[in-house]
Amino acid sequence: MTDTQISTTGVEAEMTLLTPRQIFRKRLLSHTGFLIGAGLIATIALIALFAPLLAPHDPYAQTLSARMLPPIWAEGSNPDYLLGTDQNGRDYLSRLIYGTRVSITIGIGAACIGMLIGVTLGVLAGYFGGIVDHAISFLLTAQLALPGLLLAMALVFIIGPSIWVVIGIVGILHWTYYLVVTRSATQRIRSLDFVAAAVASGATPRQVIWHEILPNLFSQIIVIFTFELGIAILAESSLSFLGVGIQPPTPSWGLMIAEGKQAMFYRPWLVVLPGICLFLLVIGANLMGDGLRDITSPEGRNE
Amino acid sequence: MLKYIALRGLLAVLVAFTVSLAAFLLLNVATDPAYAIAGEDATPDVVETIRARYGLNRPLPVRYFDWLGGVLTGDFGESYYWHKPVAELVADRADETLKLAFSAMFVTILIAIPLGALAALNPNSWIDRMALGVAVSAQAVPNFWLGLIMIILFGVMFPILPVSGDDTWRHFVLPAFVLGASSVPAVMRLTRTGLIEVMGADYIRTARAKGFRGWPLLRRHALRNALLPVISVLAVQLGQKFGGSVITESIFAINGLGRLALESILGADIPTVQMLIFVFAIVFVAMNLLADILNAAIDPRIRIG
Amino acid sequence: MSKLLEINNLSVTLPLPGNTLHVVRDVSISLERGQTLGIVGESGSGKSMSALALMRLLPRSAIADATTMQLDGLDLRTLDDRNFTRQIAGPQIGMIFQEPMTSLNPVYTIGRQMTEGAVSRGLLSGKQVERKAIDLLERVGIPDPAGRMSQFPHQLSGGQRQRVMIAMTLMLDPTLLIADEPTTALDVTVQAQILDLLDDLRRERQMGMILISHDLAVVAERSDDVAVMYGGEIIERGDASGVLRAPAHPYTQSLMLAIPHLGMAPGRLGAIPGTVPSLVSPPKGCIFAPRCSYRREDCTTARPQMRDHDGQHSYRCVLETPPTRHAEVIPLRAAGTPVGQDVITATNINQVFETRKALFGAKRQIQALDDVSLSLKRGETLALIGESGSGKSTLARILLGLAQPTSGQVRMLDRPVAELAPQERAAFVQPIFQDPYSSLNPRRRLAEIIARPLQLRGEKDSKVLKQAVGEALDIVRLPQRLLHAYPSQLSGGQRQRVAIARALVTRPAALICDEPTSALDVSVQAQILNLLDDLKAEMGLTCLLITHDMAVVHQIADRVVVMLNGKVVEEGPAQQVLKTPTNDYTRNLLAAAPRFEMTNAEVAS
Repeated sequence: MTDTQISTTGVEAEMTLLTPRQIFRKRLLSHTGFLIGAGLIATIALIALFAPLLAPHDPYAQTLSARMLPPIWAEGSNPDYLLGTDQNGRDYLSRLIYGTRVSITIGIGAACIGMLIGVTLGVLAGYFGGIVDHAISFLLTAQLALPGLLLAMALVFIIGPSIWVVIGIVGILHWTYYLVVTRSATQRIRSLDFVAAAVASGATPRQVIWHEILPNLFSQIIVIFTFELGIAILAESSLSFLGVGIQPPTPSWGLMIAEGKQAMFYRPWLVVLPGICLFLLVIGANLMGDGLRDITSPEGRNE
Repeated sequence: MLKYIALRGLLAVLVAFTVSLAAFLLLNVATDPAYAIAGEDATPDVVETIRARYGLNRPLPVRYFDWLGGVLTGDFGESYYWHKPVAELVADRADETLKLAFSAMFVTILIAIPLGALAALNPNSWIDRMALGVAVSAQAVPNFWLGLIMIILFGVMFPILPVSGDDTWRHFVLPAFVLGASSVPAVMRLTRTGLIEVMGADYIRTARAKGFRGWPLLRRHALRNALLPVISVLAVQLGQKFGGSVITESIFAINGLGRLALESILGADIPTVQMLIFVFAIVFVAMNLLADILNAAIDPRIRIG
Repeated sequence: MSKLLEINNLSVTLPLPGNTLHVVRDVSISLERGQTLGIVGESGSGKSMSALALMRLLPRSAIADATTMQLDGLDLRTLDDRNFTRQIAGPQIGMIFQEPMTSLNPVYTIGRQMTEGAVSRGLLSGKQVERKAIDLLERVGIPDPAGRMSQFPHQLSGGQRQRVMIAMTLMLDPTLLIADEPTTALDVTVQAQILDLLDDLRRERQMGMILISHDLAVVAERSDDVAVMYGGEIIERGDASGVLRAPAHPYTQSLMLAIPHLGMAPGRLGAIPGTVPSLVSPPKGCIFAPRCSYRREDCTTARPQMRDHDGQHSYRCVLETPPTRHAEVIPLRAAGTPVGQDVITATNINQVFETRKALFGAKRQIQALDDVSLSLKRGETLALIGESGSGKSTLARILLGLAQPTSGQVRMLDRPVAELAPQERAAFVQPIFQDPYSSLNPRRRLAEIIARPLQLRGEKDSKVLKQAVGEALDIVRLPQRLLHAYPSQLSGGQRQRVAIARALVTRPAALICDEPTSALDVSVQAQILNLLDDLKAEMGLTCLLITHDMAVVHQIADRVVVMLNGKVVEEGPAQQVLKTPTNDYTRNLLAAAPRFEMTNAEVAS
């Protein structure tokens, strides 16, 4: 208690010259984890954007004479195929490059759908409380109880797998984290005096939510968005791996791992390479999220 | 205390009921199960026959209450795919999944709690950084990929553990590790923040002012308080282990509920899928109820209102 | 015989990423057995940090250093942490903290927490320990002490918990008791009881006591010696009556002038310009120089020495003799402003809350307001006094239209408030809140914050908005350059001014101020109280002031309403109620309010 009081008075005296945005930028640029994460994400996003320019081959073109070539560092490789080829003789590097598109599209799409659902419910529950809160909290408990992966598999299979179905279903099943955080943050902000001041000035609930509450939730929502990005990407890869997600011949990393599985004892790179890509993308998102959280709420480090 | 548990129990029953309804609606409204069974290019005649045979021509509410009534009497319907009572199928396979889930939980606790506690007691030290690194990496590794890597490692390079099947306890070592690893980040982070928060609490300062430090301070003043949130997260994670068994079981060829789930989805076996979703949800609800009861037993603020 | 406690040249630094905080600098204190040393200072002055350094309870990263640190002749610096916690923390020095609500462990019984210190040291047998704990609980005034032993902290009130804390520290019979803001979180009447209790116990047991407080009156009444801290340094120390009746340091002098005194006629307060010094880079010279009205050139070049004043008393200043103080009281500007008709009237207000513990739990009814009637007249400042739970804040919410009463009617300018649209009501009455850190939206610039009430009324013309905001800033004496600043860039006092500017921008007929100064340091409180006086003189401000502080009431209120348990127990002109209260509860409140035993004549001399 006393400790924090002391340190805030001291720090405050130093910080008063800077606006919150300047402080934010300053902290952002000095956070190593965030910089690494943001660097990874930016690189992968650029690869996705310029995939046609970067890919040396057509990711769908099958060259049956050049099947399962090893990567360039292994014996028997072909310098034309830097990371080798798969069981259908398709260039592995090109497929990995195009795989970024699937992962990023699904990650962003699903994280946005989850955000819309979760933030809406969270703000409503936190602001109105009472019976609304009870009902939404009940919904949350029910959602948490449902086995997410199993349900997603069943639904994708029944409705018919396509990239949009996967985005929709992964999104609809991943809103609980947004809800939990925005609900408690809204409850806290709602009890602050500036909200009471707005209400006393005649602001309607809609005006209070848009003008006073949502701007203060922004940083937390961004943090969760980056985490959910990683979670959605992993969910898509799991579905595709199990055969109820992205369908061949579309290059999805999870699907590529599934296709490489049969040959993994002799051609481990078929499994290892797409896994590393997934790992880098997801860890990039998580490092970014961790960094943003450290920066926006120094008191809530590493929760 | 009793009233608290009764309320929690009632809530659990309500959640279970809601979940059953949600699962039923999603699986029966999103698509026509008859087509799913018959296949896409079946003739309308065949579909109609299937409808009649499985009672799918009745109105939705009737079908739901019929199913729910069955559930309450232990009759979960018949599998479209295996042509056996679903309850029998599930009972046959539950054993392996229980073994897997609990051993995975054991792995999680063994890694996450000591690591989280050590990190909390030495904030910003190398051990804290290492724990954080473990958490961030474990969160980013696709679970199925970790399983495959384990199989490559132990199947080819170090053949000391079996990589497929469910005959002995040795068969469960790798699957338990893979499934357990997925819960390590959440449990470790919560242990860490929980303990840091408790160690910074005013009552810990009071205890230090009374002349407690080191292990006695931790054991007598911090542990019980820090345990409360960890119990809750362990319950959630254990509940999710059952659903998470789908991937692990199919990779390591364990004949449990997860594999049954995958097979019945690919076989469009809706009664079995529905039953499994329901069973996993019930397990989750039961685990949370258990955690609530444990917390009430530990925390007098809940016990004595 | 050596002194009980002697500390010389204590300093505490707190490394942060990028810079270092100098929290305590060159602090020397000493204390005799059976005596009380009061340490006073505003927030951030280092008073608590000094005590925590003595108890080795500083944050992990902090570094403490001293040339002497002796307790009863024993050099504490020679003890390692292990021996210090075994021999000193507990059996030699006991410590009580500010927050009784969180200072006891919620998951263990009172009995266990009382006895564990003695048990773990193997000092007494189980039976004896329990006996002693029950006796001590009885001594500190806990009813049914034996029964309490098996109860948990959340079953006790705040005052009772603080009593338990005191009894608990006495279990090991310490020779020195440190009380760090022991009553700040408690109501006035409870505060007086706890302070009396501490005083009695000190005398009975011949303990030394260090009493740390931000409240000069609390320290003045109960200390033998006083040390005044500012910016991490002791700038004045000596016997209590000397320091507080005839302060020598310009800072202490200004501080005394900034506090409203119950015993004197109300007058303008002496606000101290500027803000507290930065702990990151403290000035090379005198720590107070930037805010001092006697500043000379040599103040900023080197740190002044402690200077002896009259044998009992020393101060850290370049002036050989203390400056003479302004003796005359400047009268309030708004004294005698005319009072007009009723602006807000509340008649027979009842408020009943129904609480349910859980979704299906049994309902419980709490009567927060019981048939309350009051009226606020144009141009007056009406003080609403009461302790926590008296219903004063509930009443404020109803008057603001933030809550509906269960029964009864509120009328504004003779129209029932229920008939008013939210916008009309907002143009009529505006709130000021207690905590300036939560009353401004951290994501908005000041210009937006202040303009918001006008925008909500439908004002869209940016010229009109800009002008109104500019005028509002002028009214609260804030510079126009702050228009584009964010709240986090302001000090607490500045934020409270912004809140007042926002409330005044719609030119409301009345303000409802809920404890507007209790979260502020005294020097800042003086600025705000003076501002309220200005507003009353300049624009005839009508104000309902909710407070627990009798001195504030004395300073600015015209009329007083005293509330207890949801009922109005006394009402009347402020000076009359404060001088000759008719109700027992008002009398108790007044008796409990800490005050300097000082008359106008004494200050003048």
